[in-house]
Amino acid sequence: MNDMRIVERTVDTQNTKITARGVQVHYGTSHAIKDLNVDILDKTVTAFIGPSGCGKSTFLRCLNRMNDTIAVCKVSGEIKLEGEDIYDARVDPVQLRAKVGMVFQKPNPFPKSIYDNVAYGPKIHGLTRNKAELDEIVESSLKKAAIWNEVKDRLSAPGTGLSGGQQQRLCIARAIATSPEVLLMDEPCSALDPIATSQVEELIDELRSQFSVVIVTHSMQQAARVSQKTAFFHLGHLVEYGETGQIFTNPQDPRTESYISGRIG
Amino acid sequence: MTDATASGMAVPAGRPKSSLLAQTALMKKRNASEARFKFYGVAAIVLSLSVLAFMLWTILNDGVSAFFQAKLSFPLELTAETLDPEGNRNRDEMARVTTIGYGRVLTTAFATELEKRGIAVEGVSEKDISDMISKDAAGDLRATVLANPQMVGTTIDATVLATGRIDGYLKGRVTMETAERDSNVTPQQLQLADALRDAGILGSSFNWDFITSPDASDQRPEAAGLGVAIMGSAYMMLLVLITCVPIGVAASIYLEEFAPKNTWTDAIEVNISNLAAVPSIVFGILGLAIFINFAGMPQSSSLVGALVLSLMTLPTIIIATRASIKAVPPSIRDAALGIGASKMQTVFHHVLPLAMPGILTGTILGLASALGETAPLLLIGMVAFVDNYPAASVAGVLDPATALPVQVYGWAQRADPAFIERSSGAIIILLIFLVAMNVLAILLRRRFERRW
Ligand SMILES: Nc1ncnc2c1ncn2[C@@H]1O[C@H](COP(=O)(O)OP(=O)(O)OP(=O)(O)O)[C@@H](O)[C@H]1O
Ligand SMILES: [Mg+2]
Repeated sequence: MNDMRIVERTVDTQNTKITARGVQVHYGTSHAIKDLNVDILDKTVTAFIGPSGCGKSTFLRCLNRMNDTIAVCKVSGEIKLEGEDIYDARVDPVQLRAKVGMVFQKPNPFPKSIYDNVAYGPKIHGLTRNKAELDEIVESSLKKAAIWNEVKDRLSAPGTGLSGGQQQRLCIARAIATSPEVLLMDEPCSALDPIATSQVEELIDELRSQFSVVIVTHSMQQAARVSQKTAFFHLGHLVEYGETGQIFTNPQDPRTESYISGRIG
Repeated sequence: MTDATASGMAVPAGRPKSSLLAQTALMKKRNASEARFKFYGVAAIVLSLSVLAFMLWTILNDGVSAFFQAKLSFPLELTAETLDPEGNRNRDEMARVTTIGYGRVLTTAFATELEKRGIAVEGVSEKDISDMISKDAAGDLRATVLANPQMVGTTIDATVLATGRIDGYLKGRVTMETAERDSNVTPQQLQLADALRDAGILGSSFNWDFITSPDASDQRPEAAGLGVAIMGSAYMMLLVLITCVPIGVAASIYLEEFAPKNTWTDAIEVNISNLAAVPSIVFGILGLAIFINFAGMPQSSSLVGALVLSLMTLPTIIIATRASIKAVPPSIRDAALGIGASKMQTVFHHVLPLAMPGILTGTILGLASALGETAPLLLIGMVAFVDNYPAASVAGVLDPATALPVQVYGWAQRADPAFIERSSGAIIILLIFLVAMNVLAILLRRRFERRW
């Protein structure tokens, strides 16, 4: 009953994009996420921080069911996207992933041309009616991902021929080209230089007007700069979740405090 | 910080200070063992290359001569009285004249030419002279004339095969000494051959018939060719390609990308690996039992041969395909799934193109090993003597045929040394096919890889 009330409230405010209740994730016998509850808001950037191996990526992958591809991974509990249970038997994960896009920790462009990399998503989802529209989506996505100027003269060159940072921005462009409702980013800036990082951060800030963005990061500064909400993970638990400013200036939990002051992690 | 600097400055105990310009004893030892290892490697490569070179040299040495054949050229009058007694150039009536009649025409023309040119060797009977012409020549001539009855009555410049012994004499295989002991040839015939060669009647030239003609009987090594074997091998390769590639690739994709990982798929995987290691002759017995005895398919046919070879090649293709699918980085699958591609789209748009070079190489190498396979084909009757071409239509796969490696085996078994030469010649053709297939594999792989 308690749960019901929470769900009702979130639907009422029209503000919550994703609700997770009692989420448990097991990799075989190892327990990676322990009883996690969180509400991720729409048109907000949510940062996941925490020491390495605490389950940030694991939880992120639960949100678009990428964990389905790992045979040993078992997810229980309830995750709802706008009130619909994404682990419902009727849900096709393929359809879910069109709504919840993802940028991975390691850049993974397709070994195809830059153009094809970005155009692939819109093509398979039938988002465009003709080549001109597709061209436009490709261009605007590449511009949003702050890479257009670097690649506009070589759209037919292979995406794998770009530098690591450029590849990551290409992957971001590819993810936003399908216009998802939620964008999950797993350490998107770990391979980027400070200039590209700040461009991506700007981009994330822009994306906030249309999507709900969840970003995993190891950089406190980055979390502080781009996010409105921050979740601190530790050993599979969601220790603390709240306004970014409050988490960084006035953490409630001693573990959060020691982590952001550099004592654990 | 201070700790680190302090320990960094201290030279670790047990490591004396040494100059970079002189090698320490340990370094010398390590370098020596590296040099030794390199030497072993080079030695192994040199050894295997020299064995390969020796093998190739032997085969070429024995086999190249099979592509050249001694031939007699002389004017040949196609006497109408013998070949067309009725005189109306009707093919059906002319067909009543057997090869004996054509043989007589040939012998007469040859003897006349010798007489006219004044070439004679003492002790050579008329029969000896006619024996210098291959027994195959009459049949050949008959076929030519029946195909074109208007030739009768004219005089043509005929070029006919000489017998295997005369051919052997030109190639140095037969000598005066061996001829003494040989019931098939006399030293006088060889002297005559010398005279004929000087007169320009006997000569050796490139022998296309070796590649295109069917096999010939024991007495006529000079006429034996690889035509049926090449056709049989080509039919079989085509059929193996058609059956194996779709089944093998589909099975691999299913097992690798879609099948749940459970006891069943584990068992299937183990069995596929085991099948690849089953001796090929076992597949021959299987083919004999299933395709011929049970399903009643015709013996010696390329269809049965191809099915047996397919059974044998399938595991190889599946293993190669699965390995190359497995080698595609998982991040590519994540990328495609992450933007909402379905499993099928992920596999066909991203995984397969990347796995393609490996699949092609595996397939071609599997085909190449099937091309060289002999044992299972012996069991299904492809070793039989076949001197008719299989039909050039789809139904031709049901006709009796033989295969290149089987032909090599068959010829190597025959008594006449002329067949040993032809056996090596057949090996050369087989090797050419194999090298061509490997080159194709390399080219295809390059082509697909160069795209990115
Ligand atoms: N595919 C997998 N199979 C088994 N265990 C896994 C797998 N992926 C992650 N784990 C385990 O789950 C736990 C959480 O991993 P996860 O990748 O979510 O950590 P993370 O917080 O993203 O760490 P990092 O910051 O280093 O990326 C770890 O203990 C890890 O060993
Ligand atoms: Mg991670």
